[in-house]
Amino acid sequence: MEKPLTGRMRSDGEPVDLQEYERAGGYQAIQKALGRMTPKQVQEEVQRSNLRGRGGAGFGTGLKWSFVPIGPDAPRPKYVVCNADEMEPGTFKDRLLMERDPHQLIEGIILTSYAVEAEVAYLFLRGEYTLAEDTLARAISDAYRAGYWGRNIAGTGYNLDLYLHTSAGRYICGEETALLNALEGKRANPRAKPPFPPVVGLWGKPTVINNVETLCNVPHIIRNGADWFRALSRSPDGGTKLFGASGRVKRPGIWELPMGVTIREVIEEPAGGMQDGYALRGLQPGGASTDFLTTEHLDVALDFNSIAKVGSRLGTGTMIILDDRTCPVGMTLNLTHFFAQESCGWCTPCWAGLSWCEQILAAIEKGNGRSEDLGHLEFQTRFFGLGNTFCALAPGAAEPIQSALKYFRQDFQKHIDEKRCPWKG
Amino acid sequence: MLSAEEKAELDRELQQYPARQSACIDAMKIVQRHRRWLSDEALRDIGEYLGMSVADLDGVATFYNLLFRKPVGRHVVMICDSVTCWIMGYEKLRDTLMNRLGVSLGETTSDDRFTVLPIVCLGNCDKAPTLMVDRDTYGNVSPETVEEILARYK
Ligand SMILES: Cc1cc2nc3c(=O)[nH]c(=O)nc-3n(C[C@H](O)[C@H](O)[C@H](O)COP(=O)(O)O)c2cc1C
Ligand code: SF4
Ligand code: FES
Repeated sequence: MEKPLTGRMRSDGEPVDLQEYERAGGYQAIQKALGRMTPKQVQEEVQRSNLRGRGGAGFGTGLKWSFVPIGPDAPRPKYVVCNADEMEPGTFKDRLLMERDPHQLIEGIILTSYAVEAEVAYLFLRGEYTLAEDTLARAISDAYRAGYWGRNIAGTGYNLDLYLHTSAGRYICGEETALLNALEGKRANPRAKPPFPPVVGLWGKPTVINNVETLCNVPHIIRNGADWFRALSRSPDGGTKLFGASGRVKRPGIWELPMGVTIREVIEEPAGGMQDGYALRGLQPGGASTDFLTTEHLDVALDFNSIAKVGSRLGTGTMIILDDRTCPVGMTLNLTHFFAQESCGWCTPCWAGLSWCEQILAAIEKGNGRSEDLGHLEFQTRFFGLGNTFCALAPGAAEPIQSALKYFRQDFQKHIDEKRCPWKG
Repeated sequence: MLSAEEKAELDRELQQYPARQSACIDAMKIVQRHRRWLSDEALRDIGEYLGMSVADLDGVATFYNLLFRKPVGRHVVMICDSVTCWIMGYEKLRDTLMNRLGVSLGETTSDDRFTVLPIVCLGNCDKAPTLMVDRDTYGNVSPETVEEILARYK
């Protein structure tokens, strides 16, 4: 099975360096695209590949790029931003791509910039990823010396500046418009939308924001073509995907698999099944902000539409496993605490509603819950829907609460009836 | 005033942005690296150099986990309290750490050696529970191995 994203990674854990990357065909897509394709043709190839954004929302990548004004009359400068904030609990895939094969990402950023005729690109990296920071800084300067970015790239007259910005740690900075404010040195509240960043973004100029994994796919699509990319997948969404599992499985980790493998295949094969003495109760398929699924969903395919059909989201593709010895109420409380703490405070339903939900969940977990609390939680989380809030943090926070109430209701009820957490002795 | 060294580092970052304000996170990270934490005086120094008010800088600084507006010890231990680490034994690890150092979360040891803070998911969930000391990440940390880790920081 082909593994374009992770296939070159070294077994000793060191990053692939410039020479190794070039020997494996790296940077050939730059030669091909900048030499022989127009920006519009690069966009069309990516659109035809059915690459969908790997940052969580699954928006069509080529489609997003097509909203950027192009040609001599377009506003300038234009920007590309790589979203490497990766702070969604349970998500650890972009870290691997940056620590182990940094040039793949750099090539993806350069190609994306060319496709929308951007002259400046920023790599927005979360502050805690210090190993990725050191690895990327070195790779960015190696790529500059080799002439892959800077003035007159590959002799084509195209110029691009590429900068690494390290953040200082706050989940909301991963939301794309909050990220733009953070880069501008402002308090990182999300912006009202529309206008969307491809039209009005960084310093008011057209800006494309893509996730690390999304960008890493671009060189392979340009080098091998859209048809090849679609054939990697078992679903209409193109490509492979990094899937992960954490929690009480035998071998937690990240694996590159065809888009559309089933949940069971990931948990049983690379993850090695559950640890001895633990049984599977449920899972969040794609990070902390995705709805719980249960053992009845194990044969659902991991692609954007299949997961949506059963009421959850593919999200980041990194599963969090709930085992039978972990309290689902405690887990929901932990998740809600995170979202309440990370709310930027701009919209009332989000900051006030989330802290109220956290208080109710804490009371239930401690044994002080009342039966009507479950109805209150259901009622309250309905106000977190998109449209009532400026960004998707609050809707994302609602998903684990609503789905936990649906699938683990008897556990909530037991806490209330017994006035204690049944998982604590 | 910013020191010559702080200024030189900051000038390098300023080249990345069309506006001076945009470098404020970089500026606060640089100054914190030199002075350990961001006092009001530190914010005044940065503000003068970037043309920003202390209130604006404070608004940005207090937003972030990695910018410290209160004194911290020589080393900062950040322990992940997010979902996978919680499933895999965060509470036990936290209690061991607090007992061993004699502090609660948010406090600094009396010898000024360690400050212990909670942190959100460190993106190391396949090696939960996880903590960071300064710039170093440690995975699969158990109440037994945490002692060895701390011994590396004087
Ligand atoms: C609260 C919040 C946090 C987010 N964090 C990230 C993140 O860390 N990384 C990321 O790529 N996308 C994150 N996103 C999604 C981005 O807003 C955006 O959709 C994504 O970067 C677009 O890239 P893609 O189209 O390549 O997926 C977050 C969204 C929200 C609402
Ligand atoms: S939904 Fe929450 S995080 Fe998003 S803008 Fe509103 S208050 Fe801020
Ligand atoms: S939950 Fe602790 S590292 Fe991800």
